[in-house]
Amino acid sequence: MAPKTMFEKIWDAHVVREEEGKPSLLYVDLHLVHEVTSPQAFDGLRLNNRRIRRLDKTVAVADHNVPTNDRDKPLTDEVSKAQLEAMQRNADEFGLEYHDMFSEKQGIVHVIGPEQGRTQPGMIIVCGDSHTATHGAVGAMAFGIGTSEVEHVLATQCIWQAKPKTMEVRVDGALGFGVTPKDVILAIIGKIGTSGGIGHAIEYTGSVFRDMSMEGRMTVCNMSIEAGARTGMVAPDEKTFAYLKGREYAPKGEDWDAAVERWTALRTDPDARFDTVVTLDAADIQPQVTWGTNPAQVLPVGGRVPTPDEFESSQEQTAVEKALAYMGLNGGERIQDIPIDTVFIGSCTNSRIEDLRAAAAVAKGKQKADSVRALVVPGSWAVKQQAEEEGLDQVFTDAGFEWRDAGCSMCLAMNPDRLAPGERSASTSNRNFEGRQGPGGRTHLVSPPMAAAAAIAGHFVDVRELN
Amino acid sequence: MDAFTKHTGKVVPYDMPNVDTDQIIPARFLKKIDRVGFGELLFYELRYEEDGSPKPGFILNQPRYAGGTVLVSGPQFGIGSSREHAPWAIQQYGFRVVIAPSFGDIFRNNCYQNGLLPVMLDAAEVDTIIARAQEIQGYEVTVDLEAQQVTDGHGLAASFDIDPFRKENLVQGLDDIGLTLQNEAAIDAFESANA
Ligand code: SF4
Repeated sequence: MAPKTMFEKIWDAHVVREEEGKPSLLYVDLHLVHEVTSPQAFDGLRLNNRRIRRLDKTVAVADHNVPTNDRDKPLTDEVSKAQLEAMQRNADEFGLEYHDMFSEKQGIVHVIGPEQGRTQPGMIIVCGDSHTATHGAVGAMAFGIGTSEVEHVLATQCIWQAKPKTMEVRVDGALGFGVTPKDVILAIIGKIGTSGGIGHAIEYTGSVFRDMSMEGRMTVCNMSIEAGARTGMVAPDEKTFAYLKGREYAPKGEDWDAAVERWTALRTDPDARFDTVVTLDAADIQPQVTWGTNPAQVLPVGGRVPTPDEFESSQEQTAVEKALAYMGLNGGERIQDIPIDTVFIGSCTNSRIEDLRAAAAVAKGKQKADSVRALVVPGSWAVKQQAEEEGLDQVFTDAGFEWRDAGCSMCLAMNPDRLAPGERSASTSNRNFEGRQGPGGRTHLVSPPMAAAAAIAGHFVDVRELN
Repeated sequence: MDAFTKHTGKVVPYDMPNVDTDQIIPARFLKKIDRVGFGELLFYELRYEEDGSPKPGFILNQPRYAGGTVLVSGPQFGIGSSREHAPWAIQQYGFRVVIAPSFGDIFRNNCYQNGLLPVMLDAAEVDTIIARAQEIQGYEVTVDLEAQQVTDGHGLAASFDIDPFRKENLVQGLDDIGLTLQNEAAIDAFESANA
């Protein structure tokens, strides 16, 4: 048999129908639903008198709209309220498992999937959200879909997909002190650009990912879409199995042993070939800060913001000019001289327990700068609870940070947490697009320790230089 | 879904790379639970002042491009969030076709689901269309899906590729779910084989 990549193995195992030159009909093992991209899909089902084909493979959660404090008070935003109510109604009508903001299983959809052991190696996982690739960290093929496709998967448990090409992103060596998985993925995007991965499924390989924790792998896979890729994944290994073992929805007993055997066989065969290969050296990766309005506009923390004349094409120059104007930067300033007024630690990229621990380690015993508002938003109720057991909430509140309930929060301006026009954030989220955190808001993407350090200093600092 | 075979319409040249879906439709407008009314919200932040009055410089506010039905833009159009509200907004504004050198993957899929045609042309051809639209008042192109070609009255004849499956569905205005359910036996078989 011809050697295959992990991606090809997962793909082949899910083909329901295939025809040369056409997209394939693939079977979906897990469909995650949230309140924003689903209401019109349920409407479509109703209109055509259709049901959800596999309720046992579908779960819904409220995350994008939910307030992250004062949940006992009525929602003030009428539209958020309407959307959350619609989700509840749809779940009731279709008999769908749904976790509202008072459920202990609530959290950001990409945090709760792995955390509850629903996300498993070898699965095809879809969600009406572009950061679905997060689940690829366990060795699954996970990708975002649109609302019509949500409707399609609800009705058929299948999805039409054109086969992407495969890309290996290999990072070997050891990461330096203070360099996190977030810095690794930002450096990758900085290298290949926001279109580098278009039409590809990425597998992250090399010692850096082998040595990385499961949560770190999630951070990396999460941002695959920011490099344009359809999905991103890491081969399952002992760490993956140790992570999943005992989680609520993970296989148990004999099923577990059989699963581990199956999962082990998913790894890319030694002689398999990728269509594209990109390599980075771990030693070159430093803590990263984005300066512009897409995640590829990124630099090491020691750098200076570029000026348009450093770019060749006139199209690039215009884009850089526009980004600088939006960000309120001149070009040429040192990254570390940029003052910030808001810090957001959270989002499906960086809101897991290890992220919070890393941020707390920096904040411990310090005080945030007076001019800064700092939010810490755990990715799920479970993360919140764990953090509180470890006393991290206390560390943050002692340092003047706000400690919130789980949700998407300031990752996108859909709930009460947002930037005012002209405000500037150091954010652990994944998108620095114009207006992403609020109209006129300016976003710099960083790792959790870099965000915590910026909260304390009031401007960016190199975490490696803190004592 | 409306069928798409051939369309002639006025070009709106938005000469910008990396137009992401947050620009096309800002997140705060995603809260609507119905599927209409997104046309007025298209490019909201770029298109309107804070008080809601139109920004005179923005392309959609220039009278010469009013009534445009073919949006032409730079590479990587539609990158970012998976929101299907982006093609809805573009379509409900009145566009039938988006032409760019490349597209975000999810956005392109979402276009097909709604009968909005994403057309990928070479960067040079896109530049030509943009330049002509800027020069020639009322400049139109014809997008012929069956022939897979974009033409204008000025000598342009640019062909494009499209997945045959997508093409067939667009031409017939076929709903994906109905099509898939024709394969229900295969889905059943897959499920029992993998139970
Ligand atoms: S945290 Fe942000 S990127 Fe992640 S699911 Fe929520 S809104 Fe999307």
